[in-house]
Amino acid sequence: MTSPLRTLALLAALLLSVRASAQEEIRIGVIYPLTGAAASTGIELKNAAQLAADLINGTDKSLGLPLAGAGGLPGLKGAKIKLIFVDHQGNPQVGASEAERLITEHKVAAIQGAYFSTVTTTASQVAERNGVPFLNADSSSPALTQRGFKWFFRTTPHDELFVQNAFEFLRDLKAKKGIQVKRIAIFAENTEFGTGAAKLQERYAKENGYEVVEKVLYPPKGTQLTSEVQKLKASRPDIVMQSSYLGDAILSMKTYKDLGFLPTALLANNAGFNDSEFLKTMGKDGNYVISREVWALDLGVKKPVIAKANALLQARHGVNFNGNSARAFTGVFALADAINRAGSTKPEAIQKALQETNIPGADLIMPWGGIQYDATGQNTKGAGIIVQVQDGKYATVWPFDLASKDVIWPMPAWDKR
Amino acid sequence: MTVELLLQTLLSGILIGLVYALVAIGLTLIFGVMDIVNFAHGEFLMFGMYAAFWGFAFWKLDPIVTLPLTALLLFAFGVVVYKLVIRRITDAPMLSQIFATFGLMILFRGLAQYLWKPDFRSVDHTIVAGKVVLGGLQFGLPQVVAAAGAVVTTAAVWAFLRYTRLGAALEATAADKEAAALMGIDAQRMFALAWGIGAACAGVAGALLATCYPIFPEVGSTFILVAFVLVALGGFGSVVGAFWAGILVGVVEVMGGFLWDPAYKMVLVLSLYLLVVWFRPQGLMGKA
Repeated sequence: MTSPLRTLALLAALLLSVRASAQEEIRIGVIYPLTGAAASTGIELKNAAQLAADLINGTDKSLGLPLAGAGGLPGLKGAKIKLIFVDHQGNPQVGASEAERLITEHKVAAIQGAYFSTVTTTASQVAERNGVPFLNADSSSPALTQRGFKWFFRTTPHDELFVQNAFEFLRDLKAKKGIQVKRIAIFAENTEFGTGAAKLQERYAKENGYEVVEKVLYPPKGTQLTSEVQKLKASRPDIVMQSSYLGDAILSMKTYKDLGFLPTALLANNAGFNDSEFLKTMGKDGNYVISREVWALDLGVKKPVIAKANALLQARHGVNFNGNSARAFTGVFALADAINRAGSTKPEAIQKALQETNIPGADLIMPWGGIQYDATGQNTKGAGIIVQVQDGKYATVWPFDLASKDVIWPMPAWDKR
Repeated sequence: MTVELLLQTLLSGILIGLVYALVAIGLTLIFGVMDIVNFAHGEFLMFGMYAAFWGFAFWKLDPIVTLPLTALLLFAFGVVVYKLVIRRITDAPMLSQIFATFGLMILFRGLAQYLWKPDFRSVDHTIVAGKVVLGGLQFGLPQVVAAAGAVVTTAAVWAFLRYTRLGAALEATAADKEAAALMGIDAQRMFALAWGIGAACAGVAGALLATCYPIFPEVGSTFILVAFVLVALGGFGSVVGAFWAGILVGVVEVMGGFLWDPAYKMVLVLSLYLLVVWFRPQGLMGKA
């Protein structure tokens, strides 16, 4: 029989522990498209973010990232991170109202989201108005960090940086492999995505002393690309920089082959060229295409932490990391790092800590130089990678120190594959 | 800019133009016989492509081998569509007819998305893979085969209309339904036949295109706009007119895009169309 005194003591202890645990919880709102057309991506992002939070809250230090296995944030006496997931359905209005709800109802310390650039725009406006830090890990529209926001921080590189990367790649090719490119042709579909990329490519090409010999903007989803490819062929470029969605990517490659057009290299701007259907359809004709990517599994060869993190995700969900989920995972670590240093869940303290962020590249599962934000909130140390299709698979070929394969340059002739 | 490049572009334009013509022949035939615009014609083409694709995916049969089967399948499909839907609207106001075939278009497209997902698919190896080299010029063999198929199909349809009793009956129905009926021609049967042949032409085009073009539920919409232009340009109901109009449009589109700006290639095609119907409303080979 327990004495009434013991029961009372137990009750008091229980009450105290409940109060204590309530203090030990850091609530972070996470906004992703969990239903709708992008739901499958949204779920991937959610799983990756949750894995990151569980690693920080847990005690398994084997991954080797700081904070992973810390058993909660040491700066807040071991407080645990609680992610509160909400669904924006791919809708900017829903994103804004969910951000509002996270702030007023759940009293979150910070918000992470929202994958779609359009939703990130509206949701971060709400955070800005309420003075709550908003961390964006996965939207690439350059405009997001050109709004003069004080509470917005973006870890991922944006579209302009990917274009810069392509030219750094060309510079490195010349410096380290003696490959000289002079004449560049730009080939892009004429909607927002293609025209935006083409404009940047043209600017960077000129600034870096290359000759833009042709710039072809084509209407997407047409019946033929013969005139376009003939124009490219007539301009005799060394390389073609191409921005196309899937259907046009396939059609253009077939037309290249049919008309016997062969630049020394094809530098694609992700999109259609990185779709698994592209490789399946093109077979060996898809080989040697070079494209930009934000992340690749074979980075784990040179950076073991990537392979280790991937094994953890595999064990839990049976899938590999990809560019999106790896960035969501990294986003949670970047927020946790700032909150830990802030030693508080007060928005001003977290904002200040975010501004002072300086995470070295070695502590990330990304191919980046690190995380450090400029005055606009953009991470200045982010970087993309360049991959090339070799034997029907994408292999990292740049940056050279992270490459798993040597770049094959020039492309072999169509009939010699 | 070399002569070779120009010649290559010109001939490529003719090749793609012949494929356009093949898609348009079925459309113009149905229109000529029944005065009904089949907005679902692009979806017949799409079904033809999928038929070729599934034959390839399941039984490893080449689209060229299964071509006669695809044509037969689409013939039957065309007849069924006629019997179930079109038969009921032959004498209905034009607006009802437009809604009916437009509705079919949306239904077929939705059905394809539901059954086969919106993914891109393609026949990744075929017996017509490879290319034809003529001096410094070269062409994809699938395109050459598709163009040759277009010529053969047009000739066959033309000969059928011109030299067979059934073809003559079809033409008679097209010219005057009542008079033909008085001569003992069953108009219903002729209409069903027109839908069958029209759909079969789309099936042939689909099978040929499957060797060189990605296959997806909206693929019909890519080709159908050009097909409508050809039908009007060549003269409503004129198979031979659609054939020549196809070549003309293909050349204008590809050469125009090459010499001027690819962004304007359809501007050229549609300006040509406007010019022709301005001066010759019945089209190039249509009867006034």
